[in-house]
Amino acid sequence: MAEQLSVFVDNRPGRLNAITGILRDSQINIRAMTIADHRDYGVAKLLVNDPHLAQRVLMEQGFAAALKPVLAIVITDQPGGLHELLEILAARQINVLDAYGFVVAPGQRAVWCMEVDDPVEATRLLSTHGLHLLADGELYTKYY
Amino acid sequence: MSVPVWNPAIEFMEREALERVQFANLRQTVAWALKTPFYRRRLAEVGLTHPEDLSSLRELRNLPYTTKDDLRAAYPDGLLAVEVEQAVRLHTSSGTTGMPTVIYHTRRDLDCWTELMARCIVAAGATARDVFQNMTNYGMFTGGLGLHYGAERVGMLVIPASSGNTSRQIQLMRNFQTTVVHATPSYLLHLHTALVGEGVTVDQLKLRKAFIGAEPHSEETRRKIETLFGIQAYNSYGLSEMNGPGVAFECVHQTGLHLWEDAFILEIIDPQTLQPLPEGQTGEIVMTTLQRQATPLLRYRTRDLSHLVSGHCPCGRSHRRLARLKGRSDDMLIVNGVNVFPSQIEDVLMKTPEVGTNYLIQLEKRGSLDRLVIKTEIYAKLFTGDPRTLDDLRERISEALRSVILVKPTVELHEPGSLPVSEGKAKRVVDLRPAF
Repeated sequence: MAEQLSVFVDNRPGRLNAITGILRDSQINIRAMTIADHRDYGVAKLLVNDPHLAQRVLMEQGFAAALKPVLAIVITDQPGGLHELLEILAARQINVLDAYGFVVAPGQRAVWCMEVDDPVEATRLLSTHGLHLLADGELYTKYY
Repeated sequence: MSVPVWNPAIEFMEREALERVQFANLRQTVAWALKTPFYRRRLAEVGLTHPEDLSSLRELRNLPYTTKDDLRAAYPDGLLAVEVEQAVRLHTSSGTTGMPTVIYHTRRDLDCWTELMARCIVAAGATARDVFQNMTNYGMFTGGLGLHYGAERVGMLVIPASSGNTSRQIQLMRNFQTTVVHATPSYLLHLHTALVGEGVTVDQLKLRKAFIGAEPHSEETRRKIETLFGIQAYNSYGLSEMNGPGVAFECVHQTGLHLWEDAFILEIIDPQTLQPLPEGQTGEIVMTTLQRQATPLLRYRTRDLSHLVSGHCPCGRSHRRLARLKGRSDDMLIVNGVNVFPSQIEDVLMKTPEVGTNYLIQLEKRGSLDRLVIKTEIYAKLFTGDPRTLDDLRERISEALRSVILVKPTVELHEPGSLPVSEGKAKRVVDLRPAF
């Protein structure tokens, strides 16, 4: 399973670029990033090419950063691509907690990242339906 | 003389006679105090074992001070001077380190307190014809019950509305044509904003007077309240250790707060040297109870700063006047009329492993009301990445603080290392409220 990096960040100017600066200095590439606003703070969730290194360098600089498995699924970048996946989850009453997506090959493939209430069952279920769940390394290979 | 007065014999008593009353009451108070283990020991240290050992009022200065720490250490009954069956009520206040303080009252004590309250209410020009809406909290907070009983004794129609629920306050004011209210100054400003919001004009009310207290405020704030409502507002001073409200109150002339000197001996001291200050100089208010049997207190250091107003009040009362309060000689904060010590907040935070040791207490004004913001840092090692856990944490800290300080703060979580460090003299309190 892919690993997602969560970083606690103050909700004020100059903090996000502190994170991206630290990652740049360690030559870490960001594949996707999302930020949830929680009034005084936010939690930035990132997919990076080296999550363990990213966590270490951020914590060395005083950030609170945690790693967490996340489901990253290849879907088609076509109408109905995401719908097909969500139908499978809905049929088994699996709840999506947090999610975001990004396109890797326009018109062909996109990646859908999500946290669900039952990751083990979701993984089994999606694999059974022939969907491709990406591991960390795969997230950064050029073709999938 | 057309000055409204409740008890002319006492209120206009000549100073000399008043001091004789004080001395007699002081000896009585020492006799009561000697019934407590705390004062038996404390007074024996200065050679006082019998009330007759005291031969003049001036000798009060030889007695040791009593502090809030003493009250805490004596909790729950080290300062109880009567048998429990003689006590009919107690009020506790939250302590600074989780240890509360308690004041007991006998039936006679409550009667004396009520009498003082009645004097205050009448001195401010209210009468039995008034409808009185008491907008301060009932219960342990002494402001609610103190004014309530005083107003009933005067014969006012009392509406025990208690604090909050502004729409209902306005409805009550309109339905029963309230003429006098008791509230914190900040709440009255808030109430006025709410009136405007509900499209109610002050002409539709019958309000003519307000008693304001429980938080320091400026002359400008008082005038603003008076102008906004078209009423007179009277400053009230009290503290739970001295019963609560009813210690000192403004008369209709609004020239300072008459302190009832048959019930309390007032001293103003330098909080550093602990020496008495010449009359008129600003210092810490020290008070001795003269009428409270169940919990007598000798030379209690209030930590409130003020000075005596010189000269005579046009009302003719012989009881001297305190100027409006200037602040505190300790770090106590007053948030919407509620007393809060930073150490109480620190205690709660230190018991919460998910937050670090650095914190900042910030006081702000939102509209007319105070807002207490507690900034904390998350502890990096316990960060799971789940924002919902953090939201729960924020709520849990806020609720834990509310149960201790009786004010619900806004808790903020910040990055590790973003707040002033705990070593040295970090400034932990930032008061952004406009100076009063």
